[in-house]
Amino acid sequence: MITARLLSGRMTAWDGVFLLLLLVLAMVVPLLNLVPGQDSSFHISAYMVSVLGKYLCYALLALAIDLVWGYCGILSLGHGAFFGLGGYAMGMHLMRNIDGRGVYGHPVLPDFMVFLNWEELPWYWYGFDQFGFALLMVLLVPGALAFVLGYFAFRSRVTGVYLSIVTQAMTFALMLAFFQNDLGFGGSDGLTDFRDLFGISLTSDGMRSGLFAASAIILGLAYLGCRLIVSSKLGRVLVGVRDAESRLRFLGYRAERFKLAVWTFSAMLAGLAGALYVPQVGIINPGEFAPAKSIEAVIWVAVGGRGYLVGGPIGAVVVNAFKTFFTGNFADYWLFFLGGLFVFVTLFLPQGIFGWLRERFGSGGETRS
Amino acid sequence: MTEATSILNLDGVCVSFDGFRALNDLSLQVDRGEMRAIIGPNGAGKTTMMDVITGKTRPDEGTVFFDGRHDLRRLDEAAIASLGIGRKFQKPTVFENLTVADNVLLALAGERGVFANLFSSRPRTAGDDIDRHLAVARLLPQRERLAGELSHGQKQWLEIAMLLAQDPKLLLVDEPVAGMTDAETEQTADLLCEIAAAHSVVVVEHDMEFVRRLGVKVTVLHEGHVLAEGSLDHVSSNERVIDVYLGR
Amino acid sequence: MAAVSDRRRLPRILSTSLALILTLALGTAAAAAVPEDERLEPALLQQLGERNLRVVEQAVTDVAASGSPLALEVLVALRDGRLYRRDADGAILVASRVGGDVLFSDPALGTLGESLAVSEVTLIRVSNRIRRALSAAIASLSLEHEDPGVRLASARQFIDSPDAFLLETIERALAVEEVTRVRNALELARAATIATDPGQVEEARIEAVGVLAEAGTSRARRVLMSMFAEEGSDLELRRDDAVAAIDRTLARWQRAQNIWHGLSLGSVLLLAAMGLAITFGVMGVINMAHGEMIMIGAYTTFVVQGVVRSLAPALSELSLLIALPIAFLVAGAIGVLIERTVIRRLYSRPLETLLATWGISLILQQTVRTIFGASNQRVESPSWLSGSFEFGQMMITYNRLAILAFALVVLAAVILLLTRTSLGLHIRAVTQNRKMAESMGIRSDRVDMLTFGLGSGIAGIAGVALSQIANVSPNLGQSYIIDSFMVIVFGGVGNLFGTLVGAMTLGVTTQLVEPTLGSVAAKVLILVFIIIFIQFRPRGLFPQRGRAAE
Repeated sequence: MITARLLSGRMTAWDGVFLLLLLVLAMVVPLLNLVPGQDSSFHISAYMVSVLGKYLCYALLALAIDLVWGYCGILSLGHGAFFGLGGYAMGMHLMRNIDGRGVYGHPVLPDFMVFLNWEELPWYWYGFDQFGFALLMVLLVPGALAFVLGYFAFRSRVTGVYLSIVTQAMTFALMLAFFQNDLGFGGSDGLTDFRDLFGISLTSDGMRSGLFAASAIILGLAYLGCRLIVSSKLGRVLVGVRDAESRLRFLGYRAERFKLAVWTFSAMLAGLAGALYVPQVGIINPGEFAPAKSIEAVIWVAVGGRGYLVGGPIGAVVVNAFKTFFTGNFADYWLFFLGGLFVFVTLFLPQGIFGWLRERFGSGGETRS
Repeated sequence: MTEATSILNLDGVCVSFDGFRALNDLSLQVDRGEMRAIIGPNGAGKTTMMDVITGKTRPDEGTVFFDGRHDLRRLDEAAIASLGIGRKFQKPTVFENLTVADNVLLALAGERGVFANLFSSRPRTAGDDIDRHLAVARLLPQRERLAGELSHGQKQWLEIAMLLAQDPKLLLVDEPVAGMTDAETEQTADLLCEIAAAHSVVVVEHDMEFVRRLGVKVTVLHEGHVLAEGSLDHVSSNERVIDVYLGR
Repeated sequence: MAAVSDRRRLPRILSTSLALILTLALGTAAAAAVPEDERLEPALLQQLGERNLRVVEQAVTDVAASGSPLALEVLVALRDGRLYRRDADGAILVASRVGGDVLFSDPALGTLGESLAVSEVTLIRVSNRIRRALSAAIASLSLEHEDPGVRLASARQFIDSPDAFLLETIERALAVEEVTRVRNALELARAATIATDPGQVEEARIEAVGVLAEAGTSRARRVLMSMFAEEGSDLELRRDDAVAAIDRTLARWQRAQNIWHGLSLGSVLLLAAMGLAITFGVMGVINMAHGEMIMIGAYTTFVVQGVVRSLAPALSELSLLIALPIAFLVAGAIGVLIERTVIRRLYSRPLETLLATWGISLILQQTVRTIFGASNQRVESPSWLSGSFEFGQMMITYNRLAILAFALVVLAAVILLLTRTSLGLHIRAVTQNRKMAESMGIRSDRVDMLTFGLGSGIAGIAGVALSQIANVSPNLGQSYIIDSFMVIVFGGVGNLFGTLVGAMTLGVTTQLVEPTLGSVAAKVLILVFIIIFIQFRPRGLFPQRGRAAE
């Protein structure tokens, strides 16, 4: 029924193009990696598959940010915290999967714990040997953090730059905490040296392709979910929250509850993105919590265009493609470029790439909200 | 209850900001079904009074009761709105990035919960209600336009349509004809009188002609306190009122 | 020479603090020409190197009684194994280390130190019996020394290593001592000597324990811990009470020290946050490049110091003062440039301003990294900011004290500027009600520009101060930006008094929590605390109230 409603004129032509593209990518990239021979010009290397998969994870993170920024007006400078927590939850599962094959060969303890002379597994590492439990934590831990922070922040009407600063402080605090060895998450080295997932080696072509396809499909589903939210009456309430929060209160809506629900959902999406990211890059460390990372993710959304859903993913892929290019060729100039991009986009391209595309080629049906 | 006949009862309300007394021992009673006009010079405390009634500002002293039993000091804006107090702002505030119809949809009495709103996307029956309110506000042709594209007067009317959609027991209307043409002012007065037949209304207004046209009981505020109350002719013959309005 | 210390293994020169002080005090005396009648007889000196212990003992007493200003140095040298005999003529020489070299001076001639090869001299060794006489002689000589600093150091040494044998010497010194500080040290030395001497009667020892407890220093505590007391004895009981009392005193001083560290941290936060508080208060925009303005101030100091050193080395002690106005102008000019080119165009879009200024901060960081490199730059401290002094049992460094004073001076200056000048009046007007100010003819765009320049300039001079205590690197600003925000969120916007209280509260709280929880946990706790705090005071401790704040 929901799908039917989604397809009955709620979606724009742009949505269709985006989802179709994801579907095609999910099938074609793995095929081109697995089928043609190494030296065929159609062959996509395993490395490239992981790089593209990483972009899709960033796209999912950007989608999560756009949902709260573009539709609720909450500029989160701390979504990297949710991304990182999701990543750590998945990393803990992958750590447990090493299962005695670490350097120290301990049957249960990860190498870094053996190295720190820990006697037994901390209680919060229990259960992560089960994939289902880990997946639950991927959603619940970022969700719970977002819920608690949001509950207090929205209730006391912390908005605008104040809220942004609080989210930044949150991820900063997490970064400091995760750098500590005592916390039991591997300190500054984080979690790494993973072996396999579902018993399949993470470095095998099949696994890389599978993770890529999963990233594409999950991004597509998350996109559909977000579209459902913003096109329902709830979506209109959210725009009301964004544009005239106090007016909405006088209509009897508890704006804080709407914000809290969407904020928490967005944090879970970010956690999911982190969980998909970790097996593809093979490491998660406290650097993911650095405030700079979160702010960089916000600029993806600004570049792609906020308030359209599709803009976030576009921006994430475009900026990161540039980043890969720059860091490979002119590493010293990357920060100049990124800094310039922040200034340029806010000054001259407030609607982002997608906003510009829509102006050129039409809105594709639905009016912007 | 003794106040059973009054829909709104303010008693001895005081509010101060940084030592400045915006409301000073303000007492006001509005009867059920009554339309009341509040006038007063700038800074008399009209907007602060509205803020107190709608839960935006908490009084330092005094009591505020709605319908004889709801203590408005204990409730937040959303709860007060849900009780049935609607407010129209001095500066028209509509949701500019939503269509005119969506603006009314948000105001329509109905579910205010998060999940109810997620799964009750624009029910078909709502369409008729929306059209009915838009028709009253003469905005039907603008139904699918973005509210931000409306003229100033049209925004005022859209706000009134939203108030109607909310179907409140008490309407607070802040300067409804500011910036309107004479014709629009006249139509607005008629519309308010129409609304007053079924609702209790409090109107804050500067425009004396407009107040005269409403023909209702008038309360004059000055320095956060009630200066005079009665018919317009009665209060405008009050010497202190003349002092305040004409300057000494 | 190096060869000497290698092969002969000169015993630890300057082994004790006393020796250090004595060398500093007497080194010049030995080097300068000493009047003939004050020199020591060569014959007497040579007796110090005799094999016959009786002769040596007598020689020690005679040297001490000689009244020569060189006597103390010779005896200390003998005790510390720095006294040598020159093989060629049997002259007795005092070895002292000056810089990296070992120099020998002749107390009989009062000559300057000269370098000698190892093979030319023989070390004079001391037996335990002589050592005793030597200690007594040194004790009375140093306790009677004309320099109170020497007397104090000596008395302190007797607290640290009490010797029952020296009680009489100490008491004799106490009877004539007039300087309070030295008297107090001598009293303690006497108490320490009695308390640790099992030969004393218990009443006397208990009384001495009381004196030590009264002192409340860790030095007194060490004496008490080292003294022997029979188990279950009254003395042991008193001793344990005394230790507990000292522990309480020490804890109080430790807390005072932590509060001092906290105020010091708070003054740093105040400097970092002040400019931000002004711009945020007036314009409602968060300048994420504020930290980089601090960084630029610090680099300006570095450059100014280099220029001053090469152009006018005589002024290099003052280069910090010269850097202050320059850093203000450089950072202020960059601030004005940013306001003109970027922030002005984003007016009323505070979140976008936040992003754009973040971009600017990246560009500024990378620019500095390109010019100066990524590593830390060294900014010298002038001598008037080096060192420290003791206040009670607290250690206070001059540079921290200077930064605290400086922060308060800057705060006072900014408050004066805001309350006593027309620019200040305009800034306050725009802060409280922009529209109203505009309609009264205040050019709010000009006020914005000047405010931003002012805020950035203050950040620049904060950078000058921080160059004294922080690593001057391209990342300098980043480490302060979040803390600065916390100060403002905590203290309230547009209120410098709130900034002061916020900065000091956060600084002191951090330092008080740190010893028990560690620095990272303290930081995390502070952040969590602030997140919870703004639930209850969303506008900070000292909010702006009224309609204008909406």
